[in-house]
Amino acid sequence: MFMTVVGALNEGFVQTLALFAVTLAGALPLGLIVSFGSMSRFTPLRWLTRTVIWVIRGTPLMLQLYIIFFIPGMVLPSGNPWPAGTAGRFMAAAVAFIINYSCYFAEIYRGGIQGVPAGQQEAGMVLGMTKSQIFFKVTLLQMVKRVVPPMSNEIITLVKDTSLAQVISIREVIWAGKAFLKSSHGYKGLLWPLFFTGVYYLVFNGGLTLLFGWVEKKLDYFR
Amino acid sequence: MAILEVHDIEKHFGATRVLEDISFSLEQGQALAIIGSSGSGKTTLLRCLNFLETPNQGRILVNGELLFDAAEPKTQLESEIRKKRLHFGLVFQNFNLFPQYTALQNVTLARELLAKERGDETKEHILEAGKELLAQMGLADRTDHYPHQLSGGQQQRVAIARALALHPDILCFDEPTSALDPELTGEVLRVIRGLAEQKTTMIIVTHEMAFARDVADRVIFMDGGVIVEQGDPRQVIEHPQEERTRQFLSRYEEG
Repeated sequence: MFMTVVGALNEGFVQTLALFAVTLAGALPLGLIVSFGSMSRFTPLRWLTRTVIWVIRGTPLMLQLYIIFFIPGMVLPSGNPWPAGTAGRFMAAAVAFIINYSCYFAEIYRGGIQGVPAGQQEAGMVLGMTKSQIFFKVTLLQMVKRVVPPMSNEIITLVKDTSLAQVISIREVIWAGKAFLKSSHGYKGLLWPLFFTGVYYLVFNGGLTLLFGWVEKKLDYFR
Repeated sequence: MAILEVHDIEKHFGATRVLEDISFSLEQGQALAIIGSSGSGKTTLLRCLNFLETPNQGRILVNGELLFDAAEPKTQLESEIRKKRLHFGLVFQNFNLFPQYTALQNVTLARELLAKERGDETKEHILEAGKELLAQMGLADRTDHYPHQLSGGQQQRVAIARALALHPDILCFDEPTSALDPELTGEVLRVIRGLAEQKTTMIIVTHEMAFARDVADRVIFMDGGVIVEQGDPRQVIEHPQEERTRQFLSRYEEG
């Protein structure tokens, strides 16, 4: 029985990891772009970006999942844009997660960038460096060092937030555990698989914590 | 011909007039000291020369070439300003070294980026030149140290080497010793004195009166955004003609 349950939970956890990885791959770079928007000297763009951040951070991710999955099909003349079946649901979930997490990451990046003293930019300017050289050669690494602790917080939250995707029927690990309550893989009324999913999160987040500790240590060579 | 000519520079932040009618010139190989109390506009003047601030009026010429004219928008193109900045070097009050780079990398970074653009220098050559500059600053054994591993005086000497690496026509110092403990001030002033002896063209904003008197070829005293008095350092510092200069200097002696 144990091996059967673990097999089913593993399958669910693969979905969890897939959503986690796709969200990171999308939101880490997109968040940087959003943070630039929120700091733009072009006022309309700045206010637009800040409004988007307000709406996304101000409403539940669960609601955003429903909206992104259902609303396009209701308003688009061409009908539901999401492909049928599992792939479509996964895509909708990934889009919702990427948008949501970009906004959180953007605020973390903004704090990191604004935390780098203005003198660093000025030093680059008087040395004849271009704006992009200053960003990539001077500011970026100092920003990364500053954002590692708040980022690790947010990324660990993301691991657990992936469980929300079950509201649009993503069969992630909690969904797989809950399935044993009713009936799954020939078993009925099993409660413990649901609680056992916690071990998956704990172990994975333990690994992430070690990873972030290592990154912080790697960046410890400068102040 | 003067290496630097500044004509009628005026700068205001909102309604506050920070600089007014600033005109002076500097000969090749001369050291100019700018003295005056805090808020007199000295730092803003240096920042205007380095294009960190844009004057509202006036012209700046280097070697007879018009670099900036407030009346000529053509001289203020963002793309041009980057090149024009290279005529000037700036050493900041609080060093502004790049913390993630070693002393040597701080010195070589900008020159390597420029060499990549122009294709005129090998990396090896830039590294050698950087090491030589640090040795000249008395930091031959500190090339691989990161800024936080260096004392304030050492950091400021790295910053001087970093500015010199790009061979600016005019090297500017913005209160280079104000952030340093008294015992570290001497080592930085010695380096600047050495540069003056090698006839480096320099503008030094400083509160060190004795240093200004002994090292500078000319002194400008500023107060309230205008040049009150300028001339030979011994003349200005020991026998000031203007009442305001006298007041400033006497407060200095008491202080």
